[in-house]
Parts: sequence; C-alpha cells; structure tokens
Amino acid sequence: MISLEFLVATGIGAVTATAIYLVLRGRTWPVIIGLSLLGYAVNMFIFAMGRLWQNAAPILAEGGRVADPLPQALVLTAIVIGFATTGFVVELALRSRHESGSDHVDGHEPDHGPVSRPSDRAA
Amino acid sequence: MTTDWLHAFFVQHLPVLPVLVPLFTAAALLFLGDSPERLRLQRRIALASAVFGAVLAWRLLTEAAAGSLSVYPLGGWPAPFGIVLVVDRLSALMLALTWTIAVPVLWYATGGWDSHGRYFHALFQFQLMGLSGAFVTGDLFNLFVFFEVLLISSYVLLVHGQGRDRFRAGVHYVVLNLAASALFLIGLAIVYGVTGTLNMADLGLRVAQLDAEQATLLKAGAMVLLVVFGLKAAIVPLYLWLPNTYAAASAPVAALFAIMTKVGVYSIIRVHGVMLGPDAGHAALAAAPWILPLALLTTVLGVLGALAAHSLARLVSYLTVSSVGVILIGVGLFSTEALSAALYYTVHSTLVMAALFLLVELVASQRGKVGDHLQPAAPVAQPVLLGLMTLLGAASAAGLPPLPGFLGKLMVLESAAPSAAHTMVWTVVLGAGFFTLVGLARAGSILFWSVLPDRPGECGAGSSGRLTTATLGLLGVSLLLAVAASPMKRYTDAAAVQLADRNGYAEAVLNATGGADSRTTRPYQAGRGEVRLPTYESAAP
Repeated sequence: MISLEFLVATGIGAVTATAIYLVLRGRTWPVIIGLSLLGYAVNMFIFAMGRLWQNAAPILAEGGRVADPLPQALVLTAIVIGFATTGFVVELALRSRHESGSDHVDGHEPDHGPVSRPSDRAA
Repeated sequence: MTTDWLHAFFVQHLPVLPVLVPLFTAAALLFLGDSPERLRLQRRIALASAVFGAVLAWRLLTEAAAGSLSVYPLGGWPAPFGIVLVVDRLSALMLALTWTIAVPVLWYATGGWDSHGRYFHALFQFQLMGLSGAFVTGDLFNLFVFFEVLLISSYVLLVHGQGRDRFRAGVHYVVLNLAASALFLIGLAIVYGVTGTLNMADLGLRVAQLDAEQATLLKAGAMVLLVVFGLKAAIVPLYLWLPNTYAAASAPVAALFAIMTKVGVYSIIRVHGVMLGPDAGHAALAAAPWILPLALLTTVLGVLGALAAHSLARLVSYLTVSSVGVILIGVGLFSTEALSAALYYTVHSTLVMAALFLLVELVASQRGKVGDHLQPAAPVAQPVLLGLMTLLGAASAAGLPPLPGFLGKLMVLESAAPSAAHTMVWTVVLGAGFFTLVGLARAGSILFWSVLPDRPGECGAGSSGRLTTATLGLLGVSLLLAVAASPMKRYTDAAAVQLADRNGYAEAVLNATGGADSRTTRPYQAGRGEVRLPTYESAAP
C-alpha cells in the first residue's frame, strides 16, 4: 500500500524536476512556466511541512486532533506573492521582447557561428 | 497635552515607524500620480520622508547604543504566536546605514534621474520599506516577505530609465531572484518542519535542543537558506549576476543597491552566525566549513574581476563583490571580535561603494560618448574635484591609512590572528587590498591623465551642484567613520556581544527564562507526530 506521504513527496519531486528543466531553457516563456511550476511545488512543500493529516480540525478545537494552521497561513502568503511576481515577470519578458526583438533570455538570438558579441550586430 | 500624547505614541511605535513611513509615503506618491508638473511636489514629499526616516533610524540607533532591545509585537500578539519586530544593536545599525545612504542618494536622484521613468519616488520608498522591514523583523517568514517587498521594487528600479541593456539585465536578475525566493521558501519550510517555529528568538532556543537526527535535517534547511542569502550577498559562485546588473542600473539605483547585498550578509549573520552559532547544540556551526572558504574566494575573484573590468561601473561592481567577501571573512571566523570587525567594515564598504557608484556617473557624464569605459577620452570638465573624490573613494576602498577602509581591514586582520586560518585570511585581505589599489590606480590614470586634449568640449559643463553635493555627502559620511572609529568600534563590539547572547535575546522577545521552557506554536511535538493540545492561556501577557 502506497502511503499518502510517498504520493505527495513524489508529486512534489516530479513537479520540481519539470520546473528546473523549464527554468534552464533559453526562451523567456518556458522559464516563466518553470518558475510558476516551481512555485506550485514549493507551496505544496510548505503545506506538507505541517504534516499530512486526515480528519483533523483545521484550527484549534476543543480536544481532538488538530492540523497545523501555520503552514496554511504561510502558503497563502506565498501564493499571493508568487502570483504578483509571476504577473510582473510576464510583463517584463514581453517588454524585453519588444526592446530587443528576441524572446531569448539573453536579449539576442544564440550564436552558433564564430564568437560574436551582441554589440557587434546591428541593434 | 497633545504633544505628550504624540510623544508617547512616537516612543511606543518607534520600531515599526521606519517601515510604515515609507509605506504611507509611497502610497501617497502613487495617489499623487507622476505627471511632470507634480514632480517638484513628489521630490519634496520623498525627501521629507527620507529625512524623517533617517531621524527615526538614528533615534533607534541611539536607543540601541544605550543597550535597550526594543521588541514590538505587531497587533499586540505575543511572540512566538504573532510576528514581532526586534531592534537590537545590529538591526539599528543596519537601519541607520540604510537611511543614511537613502538621503544623499535620493538627493542625487532629484538631480534628474527621477524624471527618466515613471513612479521613481514611490518605488524608492517601497524599496526603503522592504530594507527597513528586513532589518527589524524578528521572524524568518516575515524576513521572506520583506525580501519580496524590496526585491519587487528593485526589479522595477533596475529597469528605471529603460533601454535594451537594462531589460536584458532585468530579465536575468528577476528570474534568478524568483528562483531564489522559491529556495528561500523551501529552506523556511524545512526549518519550520523541524522546529515548529519561525520566530528567530524561539528558533535560537529550539535549535539548541534538537537531537542529532533532527539537527541534520535542520542543517539541510540552513544550507538551502545559505544559498539564497549567498545569492543576495553575491558570494562565489553566486555573484555572476551582480556586475552586469549593477553596471546596467542607473547611478542612484546602483548606489541604493549597494545596501541590498548587505541584506544577504545580514541574514547570514542572523541565521548562520547567530542562530546556528557555536552554542547551537548538534546543529552548531553548520555553515562554518563553507562561509570562510567561500568568502576568501569571493574576495579574490572580486578583485580579479575589478582588474579585468573595461568600464568604471563594472570595476566598482566587482569591488562590491570583493568587499562582501571581506565582510564574510569576519562572519566566517565565528568570534565576537571578528563579527564586530565585519560590522564595522560593512558600514564602511556600503557607504564607499554607494559613493563610488554615484561618482561613476559623474565622471561618465563629463566624458562625452565614451562614458565610463576605461579608454582615453576628452578631459572631464572638473578634473580636480572629480579626481580628488575618486582618489578618496579609491584609497578608502583599497584600505589605505588613515581612511576607514584601512581601519576596517585592520580589525578583520587582528580578529583573525587567533584563528587557524589566519595565514589565508591575511594573505587574501592584504593581497586584495593591493590589487584593488592597482585596479583603481589604473582606472584613475586612464580617466584623468590619459586625456586627449585636442578633442575638448565634448561635454563642457560640470555636474550640477546637487549631484556633486550628494556624492560629496556620502564620501564625507564614510570619512566620518575614521574620525568616529572609536565609538563606532565600541558599538559594533557591543553589537557582536549582544548577538552571541541567545538567551538574553530570547528573554527580551519571549519573556522566557533561558532555554528551559520554550513554547511551540504547533499542536504536536516536532518530529514525533502525536497530538497534544498546548495551553495557549499561559502565553497571554
């Protein structure tokens, strides 16, 4: 029987691995998707650090089992901040694309030929 | 009557005011809009806020110097259940440093940079709010929140003035920092998962009580946090973003960013230097094998970068990296003397680097098209003034007597004497000082002596009085450090001693006695999983 902990841990691991792969891509769009996925994985991770509970009250009750309420509050804060920063980075990526004419994270297409510096090419 | 009430209010809420003043100022500035005809009013409001903030910060500094440790429970919730702001000597010092730099830098920005983009003043205030909050908070998660506040405003400030280079540097900077924020959260979650608290005072007590197995997990979390703080502080191998970013930023923004690397250093001191200090039980000195070698390497590579730099802005950026290395050498030695020396050097290097970033632009603007590139060009319009300022800043950055940089480095060297690594520390710090001098001498001689006199008048006018006074002001404050070295050293000594006293800190914050009865915020014992309802009544004041 696979435990809940194993499933959650594997899920977080798989999402994190995908996120890291995407963040290391060269175009801004996959990078942003990667950062969002990383955010999801991290949020799940924080949540899991309050331990996984079944049939527990979400906050203090008279007697009985109680889930840890603090990670829930932390996750909420992290979600809000993550949402705002994702919005910002999308806008920044679009703006960078407009300024440089390329959606590569370096602001210019990668060079495959002999070494040439970005300042050498026409803007 | 009214003044009594006002004074009582002021005294009671003093620790939170350096966060609230810029917040409300920024909100007011946003409502005011940024149409050009309002610019004069905006400048006045922003400057008034900065000066008021500086007064508050200095007031806190004098209180902290007298030995008081102000604890401000937000919303009246007692620690560790609510978030507290704690102003000890270290926090007050960093706060005063932030606002002391903010005033001249803002004065410089009103010389023209603030009209090159939208909402400069509001963002500048948000940045100050984030910095102040990060320095006064007594809660690790709250530290993350203030990190985000200062980062989000720094993202926009970095691209202030716009242009292709700024956006390219901006994308790198933002993506790196977002990834670092995710790591920060992972580190925090591990720390919380092991200890069940994020309050720094409570953590200080609990970390010492962990058994060996839990301590291993905590160390893993702490190392994740070291990566995050190391990225902010720009230590090897995480410094590569800094030269591009700072060189691309506009001058006042780069000068303000000089304090941002120190937020990373501050966090390393708080978490790895104090929380996981020598008396932290099984988790003691978790980062000790890493901080000192990385700091030495950072100093060396920073100076090498400075020698290879092809523009003055990049040279100063690399010197910033190198100075962070010297500070972290002091932190990495894990003794109160070394920490005190590191704090002194932090204050000095932040002031000098901020002044140098402003100076870079003064020089560049008088050299026509060549800007700050290190190649011969037409002479600057004010060779004596700029030359002397460069000489002063350079000599202080390199550590020549009798300038404060020399005193700072001397303190680091002295404090390293009893350590096993003193040969390495002495070699690296002295070598770095020498090569800094070589790099700056090379830059200075190209800028001021290798002139092409037959091509005059590319930029005839000198810089405006506002720009020069702002830069001179910052340089002057850094020189004051040499004059006031003795009280300053006493202060940093006391700050280092106060940091080492984790029980005293916990007592002030938690009203707890020693490490005996630290309380948990979670409804079960850490790591053991079973439910036991705590008695929350006992926590009420």
